[in-house]
Formats: sequence, C-alpha cells, structure tokens
Amino acid sequence: MSALCFASFFPCDPLSLFFVFVILIISFPSLVFSIGYLKNEYSSRKIALSWILSLGFIFSMLGVVTTNNGFFFLIMWELMSLISYFLVVFDSKKSKSIQAGTIYIIMTHIGTTFITAAILMLFNYSKSFDFIAMKNAVELIPSGTKNLIFLFLLIGFGTKAGIVPLHIWLPYAHPQAPSHISSIMSGVMIKTAIYGLLRFVFIILGIHNLWWGVLVVILAAISCLVGVIYALIEHDMKKLLAYHSVENIGIILLGIGASMIFLKMDIPSLAILSLIAGLYHLINHAIFKGLLFLCAGSIYKATESLDIEKLGGLIKKMPYTAACFLIGSMAISALPPLNGFVSEWLTLQALFLGALNSSGFFRIFLGIAAASLALTGGLAAACFVKAFGITFLSLSRSKKAEEAVEVPFSMKFSMVFLSLLAVLFGLLAVPIVKYLSHLSQYITNIHLNTSFALNNFTLITQSKNPIYLSTPLILILFLLIIATAYFIIRRALPFQKVLINKTWDCGYYNLTPRCEPRFPNRGEYTATGFSKPFRLAFSFFLLPQTKTEKIKDSFYHTTSFKHEISTTPFFNKYIYSPILYLIMKTAKVTRKLQSGSINVYIAYIFATILLLIIFMEKF
Amino acid sequence: MKSVIIIVQVLSIILVAPLISGIIRKIKDNLRMRKGASIFQPYYNFLKLLSKDEVISENSSWIFKITPFIVLAAAITATCLIPLFGTGFSLNNMGDIFTLIFILALGRFCLSLAGLDTASTFSGMGSSREMFISSLVEPVALLALFVVALNSESTSLSLIAGVFNFKLSSLVAVIALFMVTISETSRIPIDNHETHLELTMIHEAMLLEYSGRSLAMLELATHIKQMIFFSLIAIILFPLIILPSFGLYQILFTIAFFLLKILIIGTLIALVEISIAKMRLFRVVDFLGFAFVLSLTALIIQTWGM
Repeated sequence: MSALCFASFFPCDPLSLFFVFVILIISFPSLVFSIGYLKNEYSSRKIALSWILSLGFIFSMLGVVTTNNGFFFLIMWELMSLISYFLVVFDSKKSKSIQAGTIYIIMTHIGTTFITAAILMLFNYSKSFDFIAMKNAVELIPSGTKNLIFLFLLIGFGTKAGIVPLHIWLPYAHPQAPSHISSIMSGVMIKTAIYGLLRFVFIILGIHNLWWGVLVVILAAISCLVGVIYALIEHDMKKLLAYHSVENIGIILLGIGASMIFLKMDIPSLAILSLIAGLYHLINHAIFKGLLFLCAGSIYKATESLDIEKLGGLIKKMPYTAACFLIGSMAISALPPLNGFVSEWLTLQALFLGALNSSGFFRIFLGIAAASLALTGGLAAACFVKAFGITFLSLSRSKKAEEAVEVPFSMKFSMVFLSLLAVLFGLLAVPIVKYLSHLSQYITNIHLNTSFALNNFTLITQSKNPIYLSTPLILILFLLIIATAYFIIRRALPFQKVLINKTWDCGYYNLTPRCEPRFPNRGEYTATGFSKPFRLAFSFFLLPQTKTEKIKDSFYHTTSFKHEISTTPFFNKYIYSPILYLIMKTAKVTRKLQSGSINVYIAYIFATILLLIIFMEKF
Repeated sequence: MKSVIIIVQVLSIILVAPLISGIIRKIKDNLRMRKGASIFQPYYNFLKLLSKDEVISENSSWIFKITPFIVLAAAITATCLIPLFGTGFSLNNMGDIFTLIFILALGRFCLSLAGLDTASTFSGMGSSREMFISSLVEPVALLALFVVALNSESTSLSLIAGVFNFKLSSLVAVIALFMVTISETSRIPIDNHETHLELTMIHEAMLLEYSGRSLAMLELATHIKQMIFFSLIAIILFPLIILPSFGLYQILFTIAFFLLKILIIGTLIALVEISIAKMRLFRVVDFLGFAFVLSLTALIIQTWGM
C-alpha cells in the first residue's frame, strides 16, 4: 500500500513521458558505450562504482521529470545534482576534476536555492506541494510575486541549463566527467532544466507578462552567440562541445521564449509552432551532442588526448568514429537533411511568422533574433569544420595520434546508433512534428485544428501563402544528382587516370618529417591558425593577449622562440572574480567575531540571552 | 508538365551558368582596354579539364574524393528551388528561401573540409577564411531575405518571385543582398577569381589541390552558385510574369527576359569589380558589417510599411 502511495507521486503526463523518452534514448547508448570505454581505463572496483553512480544518475533524472509533487521534485533535483557531482570528480586523482567539481557544486546549489525559494513561494499560496494544487492557487498570487517567482525559476533553472552568464560551470564540469557521463550530462541533464521551466512557468504559473518571453529570447540569443564564439577559440575537444551546449540551449530557449511571447500576444498557432521548434531542437541536441561526446570519448580512448592540436589524420585510423563525428558535426551545424537543420528551420520559421504577425518593435526584435540565430549557425559550421578537419583530416600531429586504432564494438555500436537517430530525426520530421504538436497543445492548454503537415513527407508552417519543407525530398534529389554526376564523370566519359602524389608544399617537402615528436607536420594548418580570423574579428569581446619570449645567444641569433596566445575569460574576470573577492573580504571581516577565546563566546551567549529577554518583554 | 519544366529549367541554368562568368570576364577585360578571352572560355576550360588526368594528394581521405560531387549536387539542388521562367516552376514543396541558404551551406562545409584534408597550408588557409567570411555573410543574407519575405508575406520562393508590390525596403534589402552576392561569388573586393596569389586567395585556395574532372565539377558548381545568387536578386527586383498560356513565343520571351535580367546584374558586378581594389581580410568585416546595417535598415523601413 505504501509503495502504491509512493507511486502516486510519480504519475506520467505527456510532458513527463517526452522527457523520459529523451533520457532513455541517450542513456542507453551511453551506458553501452561505457562498457568499452571503462575497460582497461579503470580498476574493476571503479568500474562497478561508475555503473552504480550512472544508474543512480539516470534514475534521479527520471524522478525529476516524472514527479507531480514540488517536494519530491526538489529531493530528486538535489539527488541528481549530487550524483552528477560525484561523476564529475570521478577521476579524483586529477586536481582539475576537483576544481571543476567544486565550481559545479557551488553553481548548481546557487541554482537550487532559487528553485527552492520559488517553489516555497508557490507553496505559500497553495498550501500543498502538489502541482495541480499549485496550479489552482496561481490566481491568488499577486502579480509582483509572480514576476519574482518567474525570475527565481529562470535563474534557478538557467544555472542548470547553462544560459549566459550562469554558464561558467559547464565548460569545467562536462569535460572532466568520463565521456559517457559527459554525454548524458550535456545531452540530457541540462534539459531537465528546460523541463522545469516548461512545468513551472508554462503549466503551473502561466505566462503573465510579455517581458518574460522577451527576456528569455534576449538571454537565449546572447547564450547562442557567446557559446559559439567561445567554442570557436577552444581547442580542447570536450570543452568545445561544452560551449556548444551553451549555444544549443540558447537555440532551444529561442523557440521557447518566442512561444511565451506569442502566447501573451494571443497568436496560438505560432506559440505552438515555436514550442515545437524548441522541443524538436531539445531532442535533436540531446542526440547529436550525446553522439559528439561519445566520439570525443573514443578519440580520448584511442589517443589519450583531447587537445585537437595534437590530433589529426584520424579518419584513416578510426573510420567509424570519423564518420559518426562527421554526421554529428553536420547535424549540429544545421546542414540538411539532418535533424539539426529541421529544428533550426522551424525556429527561423517561428521567428519569421511572428514578425509577420506583429508590428513595430516586435518585428524588428524578432528579425534581430533570427539574424543572431543565422550568425550562430554560420559560426557553428565554422567551428565544426575546425573540430572535424583538424582532428580527423590531414596528417597526424603527434605520435599517439599516428598510432591510434579504432575503438571496440560496444563503443562503435553506440556511436552508430546515435548517428542513425540523427539521420532519422531529420527525415521523419512530419511524424515528429505531429507528435510534438500534440505535446505543445498539452503544455500550453490550447487546442488547434491546424496540423503542420501537408502529407507524410512535407511540413507546412503557414497555410495562407504556404511555406513547405520536405527533408526526404531534399535527400532523394541530392542522392539522385550525385548518382547522375558520378555516372557521367566516372563511368560514361572515357576513363582517365587518377594519380596519387604529394601535396603542393612550395617544394619544401623534407621540412615536414612525419611524426617526429618535436617537429610535427609543420606545413599543416592548425586549430589556432584556423580560428585566428575569428579571434581578431571578435577581439572586442575575447580580448586576446599575446606573449612572446625570445631566448638569444647573441644579438643576432635567436635560439628559441615562444609565442603564447590567450584570451580573457570575460565572465570570470569581470563578473565572478569581483563577487568572489567581495565574499572573501566579508568572510575575513566576520572572522574577527571568532576569536577562539571561551570567555568571548560566553559573553556572546550572555548577550544573546539578554537580547532575547528584552525582545520577549517588549513584544 | 511541371516536373519537365523544372528539369529543363535546371538543365538550362547548368548550361548557361559558365557563359555568364565568361561574359562578366569579357566586360571586365574590355573595360580595362584588353581584348580578353572569348566569352565561351569557361566552356573550353571545362572540356579541357574533363580530358585531363587527376592528381590526388597522398594525405587525403574519402572526404576529398566525394566533395566535388556533394558541392555540385548542393548547387543543383538549390537551383531546383528557384523559379525562373514562371512562378509555379520550382520545387517549392521541397523548401523555402531559408532552405536554400542551408543547402548552399552544406556544399561550403564539405569544400572547407576538403581544403583541410590535403594537409596543405594554402588550402587550410582558404578553408579558414572561407568559413570566416561565410559565417559573417549568413546573418546579412538571412536578414535581407527576411525583409523581402516579409514584403511577400511568405518565405516560399515561388511567392516571393510572383509578388509585384515593389517597396523601398525590398530595394535596400537587395543592395545588401548584392553585397552578399559579391562575397559569395568570390568577387573583388572580398576575393579574387583571377589570381593564385596566396595573399588574396580564399575560394581558389581551397580548390588548389583539385585537378582534372574534380576541378571541372567544382568550377561548374561555382558558376551555378553565381547564377543562383543572380537569379535571387533578379526575381526580387523584377518579379516574374505569370504567363497566360504556353506558346512558343511566350517561352522564348520569358527566357530572353530572364537572360537580360541576369546580364544586367552581371554587368553591375563587373563594374564593381573593376572600380574597387581588393580589401584586406579584416576589412571584410567592415564591408559585411555595412551590409548588415543595410539589412537592418531595410527591416526598420519595412516596419514603417514602406
């Protein structure tokens, strides 16, 4: 009976089911991946620990998304944060892991504080932690408090989701965890924050002010751009991917924020469309980010390095990983006909149709949001040309990369599984949009007659002056043209020889001995070189610094030359460091109270009792 | 009937595309008081390359080999989206104007990867610069097309092509789009087709390792891409005439009208090219920044209803 009672706290509504699906579809390949990944890397006791923690992590996330009770929600949320902390510090021998873990646990608890405060404020009016009771009590809440609750929820869940400027824990914590955990954290865990926003803001609180949506869209656009610009100059594979999570959370929130605006503007069909776009990108990001983190894990397993400057040429040694990473890169760069393209297209459509149906300020606002999404897309493509090109193409830049071998079957299986999903979610756009349309109607409590499907292959976003998209048609046409071109060029025309020869290197072939540790292939382009134009173009934000050291043995001759390039971490330096400094300073002042002498403490107690007596007498 | 027209239309674009490049080159040469090569020179080059052996770098992988096919297929797929001879004659079921940008991005993505694949410094540099410029072009192009689409109340190309309510905002957006075209077709002042000097190379640098039939395909793709951008400007500036009937004369007339539009735009490009010097790479940011401000201005004008 008590078990049944407990189960009644975890009923599943459509929104919960959707997130359960997202969690399971990423967790399954990640766990399979860990079989091969953990082997030979850790002791058997540590592997057992990893399994226990991973399963606990997944169950706590399932708990977060299925509960119908604010109290259980907080417990599950805290459990999820703590277990993920232990997974971040899993490699506890590295001091970096400890530091990353500390940043993570502090940031996540700041977030939890705000969420707890918001839920308690709701509880104050509903007198019950039950979600339905909370929803019914919302009418009692005065509008100022509603704004406050919304802001608290946004800060709280925003910390977990990693929106700028609350994102700083992401690029530390995600890379430090073992790769299958990074994949779950980046693919799924940060999405539970989106779940929280949908559950508490959309379903329970409702959208009460227009500026809520505007604020979310602005934060989302900033997150997109900041995330992708930092990713461009980052050369650690997993950090790069972590920054892309910030960017993609931005894209998801762009859809969700636009939906909030349209709900308040009372344009239901667009509110649904934007929410579909956001949710579609949510599941797409889970798939391709999970995939990319698993590929990063494979690279680490094969080369023991994640610094892309030390890799190169892996496409010949690790063909499966390379192909999967390429699919992931193309999906995240929103290239047709893969899944990322469909959701970004839908987001653009939502913004365009929103601009069409509004006027004045909002038209310009949504136009700029669309432009920032386009810039993000362009920069993301550039970043993944760098990530894939430098890591997998051309020649190896280190001995480890030269000796890399393909990973075992369990790891290949997981990567191929997620790659296939990335392709399928692009081609099966219509059924997915239909499903998400039902879900969005449930979330917003709107009933629409329009469906966004023309037939089983074509999406339609506007019925008057129709706008269509059909990814299967793009793929078919594309393959047809490739086949025709191949037939004409390689078969129909008379045979021509294809010779293999050296790359043009201005004749200096012997300057680049292969794989000598001190002299990697110096002719190749490097990641630093590739991202230099971006570093200079965005120097107003990145504030790059160069440091040159020359060691000379005479006035004319330089024996060694060292050139260092770094960028200023804007948010750490100008936001977090001052806050940290302030906290430390107050801590130093308050420390003076703690003298350590027992007499002083007795005096404190005496003074407290005295004050209490006076207080009780007076009131 | 419709699918036949689309196929004919796409084939004719593929056939005409090199000619436009040849004509632009001829105009440029004549204005510089040179005699210049024949306007059919791009065809001769294409045929010459088809009969040549191919040399592939020993460092390259399958990415290098499949890229020419992907780039060409992306360009042709994008062409299918554009109605040229009449409003209904495009695969508007396949996608809209945003799709077109994304499809072209696919070709560019693969070409940049191929540039990095051969371990050559030049082509790596080309890839880096191409991705840099194209990522800045993307918001400009999108915002300009956004404004044009707002005017025609749809992002579908067949509707944009058919709307004849010419507004000031469309004109401003087209100027921004013209600047995008200069950059996307690698023309002066962004890039230079004509030299293989490493300081100025962007697009050509990526193709440096290609030879023979692969190069022929990539050059054809470049010509087609140029036609796509010219046609985009053409259908925005001079909307299509909806034909009352399908007579031989009507078809000939629309084709002649289309060629005339393309030639006007080509001449404009040639004039820009001979009157401006090539910019340094980091001045391109200012150039595209200006184009972005233009698109934004177009958007603001559009909200005023002009």
